[in-house]
This record gives sequence, structure tokens and C-alpha cells, in this order.
Amino acid sequence: MRTLLYALVSATVVALSGPALAKDKLTVYTYESFTADWGPGPVVKKEFEAECGCDVEFVSVADGVALLNRVRLEGASTKADIVLGLDTNLTADAKASGLFAPHGAVTDVNVPGGWSDDTFVPFDYGYFAVVYDTQKLKNPPKSLKELVEGSADHKIVIQDPRTSTPGLGLLLWVKSVYGDKAPEAWAKLKAKVLTVTPGWSEAYGLFTKGEAPMVLSYTTSPAYHMVAENTERYQAASFEEGEYLQIEVAGITTTGAKNPLAAKFMAFMTGPKFQDAIPETNWMFPAGKTDKPLNPAFDKLVKPTKTLLFSPQEVAANRKAWVDEWLAVMSK
Amino acid sequence: MQRATDPRASAGIVALAAIALLIGGAFAGLLFEGAHDLSGAWAAFDPYLLRVIRFTLWQAALSTLLSVGPALFVARALSRHPRFFGRAFILQLFAVPLALPAIVAALGILALYGRAGYFAGVLAVIGGGSWPGIYGLSGILVAHVFFNLPLATRLFLEALQTIPSDQWRLASQLGMAARPAFRLIEWPTLRAALPGVAGLVFMLCITSFTIVLILGGGPAATTLEVGIYQALRFDFDPARAVTLTLLQIALTFIVVLALTRLGANVVGDTNLPVAQRRYLSVNGAETWLNALLIVLALLFVVGPMAATVMAGLGADLGRLAGEATVRQATLTSAALAFLSALLSVMLSLALTMARRALALNCRAGAKTLLEHATDTGAGFVLVVPPIVVGAGWFLLLRHVGDVFAIAPVMVVTVNAVMAMPFALRAVRPAYDAASERHERLCAQLGIAGWNRLMLVDWPSLRRPLATAFAFAMALSLGDLGVIALFGSDSVQTLPYLLLARMGSYRTEDAAGLALLLGLVCLALIVAAHWLGRERVGDA
Repeated sequence: MRTLLYALVSATVVALSGPALAKDKLTVYTYESFTADWGPGPVVKKEFEAECGCDVEFVSVADGVALLNRVRLEGASTKADIVLGLDTNLTADAKASGLFAPHGAVTDVNVPGGWSDDTFVPFDYGYFAVVYDTQKLKNPPKSLKELVEGSADHKIVIQDPRTSTPGLGLLLWVKSVYGDKAPEAWAKLKAKVLTVTPGWSEAYGLFTKGEAPMVLSYTTSPAYHMVAENTERYQAASFEEGEYLQIEVAGITTTGAKNPLAAKFMAFMTGPKFQDAIPETNWMFPAGKTDKPLNPAFDKLVKPTKTLLFSPQEVAANRKAWVDEWLAVMSK
Repeated sequence: MQRATDPRASAGIVALAAIALLIGGAFAGLLFEGAHDLSGAWAAFDPYLLRVIRFTLWQAALSTLLSVGPALFVARALSRHPRFFGRAFILQLFAVPLALPAIVAALGILALYGRAGYFAGVLAVIGGGSWPGIYGLSGILVAHVFFNLPLATRLFLEALQTIPSDQWRLASQLGMAARPAFRLIEWPTLRAALPGVAGLVFMLCITSFTIVLILGGGPAATTLEVGIYQALRFDFDPARAVTLTLLQIALTFIVVLALTRLGANVVGDTNLPVAQRRYLSVNGAETWLNALLIVLALLFVVGPMAATVMAGLGADLGRLAGEATVRQATLTSAALAFLSALLSVMLSLALTMARRALALNCRAGAKTLLEHATDTGAGFVLVVPPIVVGAGWFLLLRHVGDVFAIAPVMVVTVNAVMAMPFALRAVRPAYDAASERHERLCAQLGIAGWNRLMLVDWPSLRRPLATAFAFAMALSLGDLGVIALFGSDSVQTLPYLLLARMGSYRTEDAAGLALLLGLVCLALIVAAHWLGRERVGDA
């Protein structure tokens, strides 16, 4: 009853106050680690509110996948103006939902391989990488091939591509390097896999507990340990074949298309006030101009010799078949 | 047939209706959404499915066997020694594993038996070469026994405590040794409780998800629950999720049906107990054996918990305790767990009373459908994954109001219903035994309804209700599944905070929070037991 009353009252208020006053609030749907106390959310909220004189409301769900599902479930009636935190593996599905509007003209972005998409705008990016423990592993693999064909004594913890973004990342990485030979590569790699966890947290937890000397993570992971823990113990291995890229993007919903603040936010997002917060809160690389130089720790990170990335359309078209192929080999 | 209007039966019907509404509503929400695309329902039946089913059943059956078998003996050992220093504390500790999120338990277990565990050195020497860790079926089994052995022990002990003290006095007078006492007195009671407890453990293991993936070593170890989770969280295919859930329920139903064959109905004692305390004479050799059993079980259960504590002590506990978010989450967790447990115990008591009333009503005839529903039917809520309930209700409610405001209500209700099978097992033996003794007296004196509950039933239900409450609370404390789709801004609980820290490199904070979660759980359990303690003189 109260919600009904609330809805009636707010509808009346919206109807009466007219378009100019109706929206002084921006609703951003994002993932949880973005809005955490230590995430970029608090800084972004403060800076944008100061700039626009409006209210920013974050609504957070578990991760990028949950984010897309949430918006799809709410449909055109979604309260979200902006959806922030999808990655390029999800954008094809997101576009197909018809719930996103063109972003207008945001051109100030800088991601490896360039960017041209009329709906989504990148806000950060990172590379998947095999992170290893220097105390346990003196000679880390120098290529994906060495990892696949190396000694079975050196275990790696990976994530399940059915339930995890990095898991899917490794699957795509192997696919982009081995192509049709991917099943054979997985058959060899299987002996080195200690276990396959449902998400990144579990895998990284096992790794830092010393259960395995290697884990699938990001090239930026060592930066956290260097900056926050002051240790160089954990390092990313550099692979000859190159590293697989993950680009995180935001988009304006059809609801947000009616809110002038949404376009403002997209411009703000690629600007220095937002981008300065990214490296040391989200532990990813900024996708736009920054004012502050990156923490020197980021200069010590592995710089991929080659960037690997499937297009959103390729991923959307093949994901199921590739995951099934992986499953067939790995569950033997 | 005037008994049919027994208020207890009505209470049970209300409780059943509430459960049916919760589960039915969730299915309705999913089916309504999934109806326009049923291809997923057929796609669920791929060749991989058969292997998944086989593994799911196999690991659940083995886990049940390994948890329930030893628990019978540990429970008996504990019941043979009703008073020794630390006994109450051991029983309270036995409820803690349920509150631990799967990842915390897995890390605790790996800290002992993993490749880098405390025992890795010893195990490497025994096995020759380097210790490969317990990844694979063995790891899954160890984790499941860690969760379920203490649970089964507690429930069997609860059943053993319903044996009337007169029987023990008689046994003592007859000079009955341990073996015939077990055969004639303890085993019939244990056997009556066996199908229920084994069924419960089986349901918990068949729905295992995180443990199976982390410790299973690869996708060869996958349960149906993984498929359900994937269908809802990643592919958003409600039709497939519902299909797999129904399959899971059907499989469990067959197994639980088979388990009832193991059971037996015990005829309770209709007399009021005369003996004031239990006359037990346990000889020296048996005492040593019992002590060994209890110590082994305790070491097995406490080991991973101790590892969790050790890891937690490494965290900056002072800073954590000072954080406003942590304190807020602790309060939220405690409040939600308390409310869930309260609701759960009330629902369970209503069902227990209804079942009993119905059983008395048609003792001679066959069980009615309603009786079956109040009996084992309610247990099946356990095999409906919380994410299914959460998602279904999200779909139903999203157009009605602010789903974020509904999230806490969902958490409390779903956790309460999920904890019911535990609470039922704890309450039922005591209620049935008490009813057997008091039913005629109450009928003669015309005591019914509220008066009867407070004056007659309450004294004998205090302790089992406290046990039920403690279990329900522990279970709710550790839960995370319901809010997966609702979003969790409005319900930031301790396990949520723990996973959030783990998900952003803050492993030490997570370990500290695991310790905190364990302590909160233990504190709540100790409080529940203190409130439910028996007064001096009770047997």
C-alpha cells in the first residue's frame, strides 16, 4: 500500500514539476566492487555531484553479468539512466536487448586497438594474465605454449568460464592463440590445472594461500600488492603470444536518454576526475585522460607485446559452442 | 472425527500454505518469464547432463554415508556421557560449520589437507613424493563430512535424549551391558531418526555448489546446482533453471523415499517418567572408546575452524572492528538471522504439531496426503536453490514495487523456510515423545491450544527448540544465495562483506571477517542454549 501511494505521489510530482525540474538525479547501475568503500564509486559520486549539482544514486549488483540480467529483467521501465560495468563479451547481448541508446559523441577514449561503438563507452581496461608467486616459481612460463606444455608439477588455478568473467577470458585467450587446436591445448593444460573455481575470488584466495604457484588474474594484480602491501612477491608472466584484453564499458539506457545528466556523466566518465580514480581503486588501466601520472608501480607491470581480443559479435555467436568444447575436454 | 478440528492441524496448514506460497510463487514467476521461450528446457537435456546427474548422486550418497555413519556412534558416545567438562561447548561448536560460507570452510580445510596445508609434509612422507592435495572426490567428501557430521551428531543426540529415563533405570536394574542396551534401547530410537537425518544430509550434499567446484578439481565434478546457477545467473534462462530444479527435486524424492525404508516407527512411552535421572553405568573400556570417538570427531570438526581462527588472527582486527560498515553488517546479519530463526522455529513447531495431531487422528488408517506433506514434504524446500526462489520472486515483484525494499523480507523468509528441515528434525522427536506421554492427560483435563502449549509442551520443548533455533540461525548467518538478483545494497551482511573483500584482493580482511562471523555465530548459539537450558532436576 505504501509503495503504491509512494508511486502515485512521485508520479504526480513528476507530472507537475515539468521536464526541467523532474530530473535532478542520476541513477547508475553498476557492480558491487565499484561502489565498495575502497572502490571508485565514492570518489566518482563526490566529483560528479560537485560538477552537476545533482544527486547520483548507485545501485549495485554482483557483477557485470548480473548487471545485464538485472536491466533486461526490468526492461524499458528500468530506473537506470546509466549502466556501468559491462565488458565487451556482454555488449552484443546488451545491444540486442534494445534497452540502450546511442551515447552521442564521446570520442575522448584511449584503449588498445582503438574504439568505435555508438552505444557503449569504455571507462577502463585490463589484460588477463597468469600471475605467479616468485617464491615458489623461479622460471615462470614465457608463453601460453610453455604453460600448456610445461611440467605438471607447476599447478595453476583457473576459473570456470560458465560462471566467471576471467574464466571466459582464459577460454577466449586460448581460442585466439590455438584456434581449432584449442581442445588439444586444453587437454594438455588440464594436467596443470589444480582446480577450477566458480569465481575469481576463490581462485585468488587459493593462490595467496599457497595452494598453487600460478593463478589466472590480471596484469594489474601485482600493482595492488606493490602499492597496498608493499611487496613484489606476486608477478604477472609475460606471454609471447600476447595477452587477452578486457574492456569495461558503460552505456546510456533508453530511460537515461531522457535525462540530460546521462550524457554529461558519459563525458565526465572519460575525463580526468573519473579516470584518476580508476587505477588505484579498480586496479585497471584508465581508458581516458588522467591529470595525475600513474603510480610508478604500474610502470613495472607486464606490457603485452600483442593485444588479443575477439569482437563482441564473435563472442556472442560462439560462446556456447566454445564453452561446450571446453567442457567436453575438461570433464573427461 | 471431531479431532479434525484440532487447532494444531490448522496451524500446520497455515505453515504449509506459507511454504507453498513461497516456493510456488517463485516457480510461477520463473515460468511466467520463461514460458515464451521453452527451448532452454529441452536444451537442458544434453549428453553432459547424464554425467552431471551421476556425479551429483554419487558424491551426495557417499557424503551422506560418511557423515551419518560415524555420527551415529559419536552421538551415542555423547549420550552415554551426559555430563563432562566441555560437553555443552562441543555441542555448540558443532553448529558453527553451518554458518561458515563455503569458501571459508574450503580454505579452512585446505589449510590442513591442501598442497600447502599444515599436514602436507606428513602426508607427503606417508604417500611418498609430494602431496597432491585433496582435490577431487576426496576433497568434496572431506568438506561435506565437515559440514554434516556435526549436524547429524546433534540431531541423533536430540533423538537419543527422548529415550525415557525409566527405560534406562530398567536397563540398569537388569544389569544390561552396553551391547544389549544399544540393541534394545538406543538403536530403535536411532533407526527411527535415521531416514530423516540421512535425508537431510543427502539434500544438503546434492545441492552443494561452491564446495564441489572449488575442491572438485575440474568440471568433471559438477552438480545439478551448478547448472541451475549458471542458467539463472549467466544465461538467464528461467525455463532451463526450472527444469533442472524439478529434476533435482525428483531425484531427491526417489532417494528420500528409499531412505524411509531404513527407518522404523518407535512406539513412545505413554507413561509419565518416574525416574529423575538417567541411570547409566558405563564401564572403563567403553569410556575410553567413547572418549576416543568424541576426540576424533572433535579434532576433525575443530581443525578447519582452528585454521580459520588462525588466519583470522593475522588480520588487522582492531581496524576491522572499528569500521562502521563492519559493525553495521554485524548488526544486520544478527538481526536477519534472529528473525529467520524465529520464523523458522515457529513454522516448524506448527508443522510438527499438525503432523502429530494428524497421526493421532488416523492412527489405524493409511497416512493422508496432508500428513505426508507435513512430514517429509516440507523437507524438500532444501533442494530448491535459494537463487531460484530469489529470482522467481524478483520476477513477480519487479513491477509491483521497489525490489530493493523487499530484499530483507525475502532474505528472512527464504532463510526461515530453508532452515525448517533442520528445525523439524530437532523438534519432532521431543514433541512426539512428549505428546505420547501427555496426550491422554490433556484430553482428560481438556487442556488445549495456547494453555497446553505453554503449560504442558513448553517445558519439554525448551531445549530442542533452542537447538532448532541455533541451527536455523547458523544457517541464515552464512547464506548469500537469495539476494543474488535483488542486489544487496539494502542487505549488507557479514558474508556479503567477506566475499566483497575477497573479491578485491583484501584476503586478510576476509579472513578477519570469517573469524568475526564464526564468533557472532557462536555467541548467538550459546545465547540460544542458555535461554533453552533445562532447569536443575530435569532429566
